[in-house]
Amino acid sequence: MTARIQVPREARRGDLIEVRIVIQHPMETGFRYDSLGRQTPRNVIHRFECRYGGVEVFRAAMGAGIAANPYLRFFVRAKESGDIECRWVDQENVSGFASARVTVSG
Amino acid sequence: MDRLTARGTRRRSLAALVALFAMPRRALAQPIMNPAPGIDARTINTPQGALQSILEGAEMRRGRVRLELPSIGENGHSVPMTVRVDSPMSDADYVRRIDLVSDKNPVPLMATFFLGSHMGRAEIESRVRLNGTQRVTAIAQLSDGSFWFDAADIVVNESACLDGG
Repeated sequence: MTARIQVPREARRGDLIEVRIVIQHPMETGFRYDSLGRQTPRNVIHRFECRYGGVEVFRAAMGAGIAANPYLRFFVRAKESGDIECRWVDQENVSGFASARVTVSG
Repeated sequence: MDRLTARGTRRRSLAALVALFAMPRRALAQPIMNPAPGIDARTINTPQGALQSILEGAEMRRGRVRLELPSIGENGHSVPMTVRVDSPMSDADYVRRIDLVSDKNPVPLMATFFLGSHMGRAEIESRVRLNGTQRVTAIAQLSDGSFWFDAADIVVNESACLDGG
């Protein structure tokens, strides 16, 4: 699964860091049928989590109500230089990972 | 007298028939079940059931939460959504979780976000799928356990679930 994460490279301590991520994934609802009339099984990224400096800061449990190629934007308060790491897994147990490094000054 | 009674019966059965068709289709297709404790709320197929599983008997009040959806969505496949909660996001007072509940989607609980004081700002943006014109509710639980909500109405011209779902 490919994903794009966008995080500012530098931040000042105490500032808000804006994290934006798009993951390429169909987020199959389980309500679609293919051309042969077979139901496409539901397969969504049901679990997403974000860690900053090894500490979990944000987690999402998603369902079929989240659009294909899920996009998330959220904030993290800058503390120390470290990695912002996102991990996710879909219902076929395929997992993904994306990370970005933030240098914190001040 | 005979005729009157016959008409009464017919009227009653007619009323029953009308009531049957007036029932939401989902209620006919899937009986509302009380899920066992601990069951994933994602399997609950009514918005009321999803709300109950979130609140677990607690009250929710309108306010502090702001849910932003466009008033008209060209198509329901991908609708931009922003939810923000008025909270200092300090260690003592922060938003614990935010749930998004759809009135009309086959799976009403669209997503649950778990937040914490590390985030600094309780604001999340994403894109949702909507099965037609409806009301969407965002429920936030704060660190003191209280629930707050906001609801937004959206007109969806092309539903995300036309293709059999």
